Amino acid sequence: MKQRMIMKLLAGMTGLGIALGAATVHATPEGDRQELAKFYTSKYPNIKLEDYVYGALAFDADSKAQYEAIMEFPPFESEIEKGRRMWETPFKNGKTYASCLPNGGNQIAGNYPMFDEAQGKVVTLQDAINACRTANGEEAYKLSDMKTMGVLTAYMRTLSNGMIMNIKVESPKAVAAYEAGKKTFYSRSGQLNFACSSCHVQNAGNRLRSELISPAIGHAVHWPVFRGGDNLVTLQNRYTGCFKQVRAVPPPVGGTVMNNLEFFHSSLSNGLPMKASVFRK
Amino acid sequence: MAEPMRIRATMSGDVADIKVLMNHPMETGQRKDAKTGQLVPAHFIQDVTATINGATVLSANLGSGVSKNPYLGFKVKGPKAGDKVVVNWTDNKGDKNTAETAIA
Amino acid sequence: MNALRRNVLKGAAGASTVAIAIAAGMLKPTQAMAAWNAPAFDAKNVGDAMKGLGVSAPADSKDILIKAPDIAENGAVVPVEVTSKIAGTTSIAILAEKNGTPLVGDFTLSGGAQGFISTRIKMGQTSLVRAVVKAGGKSYTAAKEVKVTIGGCGG
Repeated sequence: MKQRMIMKLLAGMTGLGIALGAATVHATPEGDRQELAKFYTSKYPNIKLEDYVYGALAFDADSKAQYEAIMEFPPFESEIEKGRRMWETPFKNGKTYASCLPNGGNQIAGNYPMFDEAQGKVVTLQDAINACRTANGEEAYKLSDMKTMGVLTAYMRTLSNGMIMNIKVESPKAVAAYEAGKKTFYSRSGQLNFACSSCHVQNAGNRLRSELISPAIGHAVHWPVFRGGDNLVTLQNRYTGCFKQVRAVPPPVGGTVMNNLEFFHSSLSNGLPMKASVFRK
Repeated sequence: MAEPMRIRATMSGDVADIKVLMNHPMETGQRKDAKTGQLVPAHFIQDVTATINGATVLSANLGSGVSKNPYLGFKVKGPKAGDKVVVNWTDNKGDKNTAETAIA
Repeated sequence: MNALRRNVLKGAAGASTVAIAIAAGMLKPTQAMAAWNAPAFDAKNVGDAMKGLGVSAPADSKDILIKAPDIAENGAVVPVEVTSKIAGTTSIAILAEKNGTPLVGDFTLSGGAQGFISTRIKMGQTSLVRAVVKAGGKSYTAAKEVKVTIGGCGG
């Protein structure tokens, strides 16, 4: 049963993958985004692009209604509250995250991941948080530690609610990082031989067994999520899950491959408003 | 030790719309701990009462089938903005929590 | 003290013990009144749960509206909203019929509280979600099926 579904899925996506891959090789980042947006909106003319911030929920009113009922008073509010206390607690030297990050940490999440020319690499928002910590004599948090970095990020990103995602890919080095991320996104891997795009481009809006698949545009604006109401998952940890689901070995969280992927993937949501942190199934 | 409970109460017309979020694990007693394989003992809120200016408007019995961090919404006709809403809960281990707010 | 309180509420002790506990300042009268309906909540099937609630053969009613999903996003948090348009509604009970213990909550309304309850429930499997409403000494019921699937990509 499972095997058959997968075979069907593979058969359906081959043609499209080639067409899209070929068309996007020499495009600019903004061109890539527009082309992808056009692909989705012509396939689903009744769904507005701005609703893609809801992910798969945009394709199913019943799921969306549950999301709204839960978001009305989310069960994870006390976790966000914990994150707020962490955010407001000064470092040992008396300084705070707000005094360390640009604009007091408000309305900045949509600029990340950011290509740092001085370091010559992509810096995620979590890297920026850790840079604050180490610059002020604190130990860096482990990126996948949900009790520290996860909860702090879950609060910190709420400070950017409503900000329009604005990933800039300008210098040649930044473009190279973007292209590396794009390559990861479109490259097949794992025993099941899936690329990110196999599901989230070609099959967005289709069902994989019981699951509606979300489009890649609109993904990056709403992380982290609280799955099932209380299980906190950050974006790169979700990537890890995706790699495992296609039976591939996940690259390390916070490493170059993941960061470049997040850089490319986030730029696809340019122009959409941020909303953290949200409920997902 | 329990995390605070949150209440939102707003008037819409002559009806107070009251929403409560309690913080509680709501363990059924059926779930096994992933690490130890032992059953996690039942631990859930059993009684919830809500009063407005001291008069009871809701008295609820809950079972362990209510979701973790229980949410409760109800509507009361008659109160005015500024009236005091108090919500109390008690769980099966006798732990209690209380919170209050003024209707906005 | 907590252990004592639970023993008292479990109903093993007689009325005189409760009186002594109150006199000793261990229990406030209001707390003693909010006794948990163990027979109804421990019941393993809908019939016994109804019996525990003091309900038998409730009449089907179109004046009870259940807002619940067709397919639950996650069986651990299923939003359920019950509205009773039956005049004089005094209580609303919610049951997930195929849960190990079907009764989820029993909400007694008073002092201007409307026939409305919104909450989130756990569901172990696809089943009917049933509301039982008491009004004017009679009982009424309605149900809606909620499908529960296992899985969750969630992006």
